[in-house]
Amino acid sequence: MATLIIPTPLRKFTEGESIYTASASNVKELLVALYTSHDGIKKHLFDDEGELRSFIRVYLGDEDINELEGVNTKLEDRDEVSIIPAIAGGSK
Amino acid sequence: MTAPLLDPRLQALEELRWHVGNSPMHAMLRLSPKPGVEIHAKLEWQQFGGSVKARPAFNIIHDAVVSGALRGKRLLDASSGNTGIAYAIFAAAAGIPMTLCLPENASKERKHILKALGVDLILTSPYEGTDGAQGVTRDLVRKDPGKYCYVDQYGNEANWKAHYYGTGLEIWHETAGRVTHFIAGLGTTGTFMGTGRRLKELNPNIKLIALQPETALHGLEGWKHLETARVPEIYDAGVPDEMRFMDTESSYEMMKRAAREEGLVLSPSSAANLAAAVKLAEEIDEGVIVTVLADDATKYSEVINHVFGKSGARI
Repeated sequence: MATLIIPTPLRKFTEGESIYTASASNVKELLVALYTSHDGIKKHLFDDEGELRSFIRVYLGDEDINELEGVNTKLEDRDEVSIIPAIAGGSK
Repeated sequence: MTAPLLDPRLQALEELRWHVGNSPMHAMLRLSPKPGVEIHAKLEWQQFGGSVKARPAFNIIHDAVVSGALRGKRLLDASSGNTGIAYAIFAAAAGIPMTLCLPENASKERKHILKALGVDLILTSPYEGTDGAQGVTRDLVRKDPGKYCYVDQYGNEANWKAHYYGTGLEIWHETAGRVTHFIAGLGTTGTFMGTGRRLKELNPNIKLIALQPETALHGLEGWKHLETARVPEIYDAGVPDEMRFMDTESSYEMMKRAAREEGLVLSPSSAANLAAAVKLAEEIDEGVIVTVLADDATKYSEVINHVFGKSGARI
């Protein structure tokens, strides 16, 4: 199971939960599992074409997935993924 | 020559007052889509601190010194950067010690500037944005109330009053009273509350249009998605005549257009204001639309790389 850390702005859609866990082989699967199980969250992460919104930063551990394989970055059991709200283009 | 004042901090602040407000009003000659509709924007980065936040930061610190609230205490607030930098400039010049709670994911430029100005920086959770930073400031005050003067830009009346006595009047005079629409994004909401209230008093027919990010996660630095964020205490839902929602992608497109067509390299939130103003201009046949461009792109190097890098624009 991979763990996803939910940022505060999205916790309204997760009943306040800050951690989400699911079986997923890559980052996209984990994000899809999140929005499939929580109504209203999809549009905040993905655009109308189904692409992860360009300003959203997702990290696997301390690494930006854009430096890896993007949403196709593979996940292993106990991996920790986090979504970071953008602040002036800053990073984790 | 400024008259001598008893408090040297006030004397220092009075010397800086002339670097606050009275920002240039820029006419968007190429972006205005119709001859009968004018679009004007206040270039707010041309003040100390490089952003619109010079106005509220100055007023908040000035009030805190005059009221005695800062006596023997450190200035404390939460900020995603611009207000913090503006506070830090005035605090450094006036000899006021300062602590700032800043989300850890704020850009490197902001952290470097704040450190250079001598700010005691407390980095807060990158997952919680400024809402989380506000929570940390409250904890600090609770634990040590004698140490800090928490000025709380989100709940401080001096925030919106800076715009009521400044920005609103400036817009009125600079348009010779012809302004018909004021359109701007909501962050602390101080700009909109103060400017909107003043313009409405001067002419009740002026339409006030507030903007929010369309999504909970967004790249419009400084703006708040009120549905999922902590609503600032100074916000009054009765002030806007209309609420519109902007997406980050549209602001990135406007960053490109503003750079190429108006010579303005804007921050994402400034570009969102301008994009909304242009859209409004397309909907009406005549009018004078005014917006506020909070800052330029100077402190957004990673966004510039993202927006202009792919387009191949030479900047």
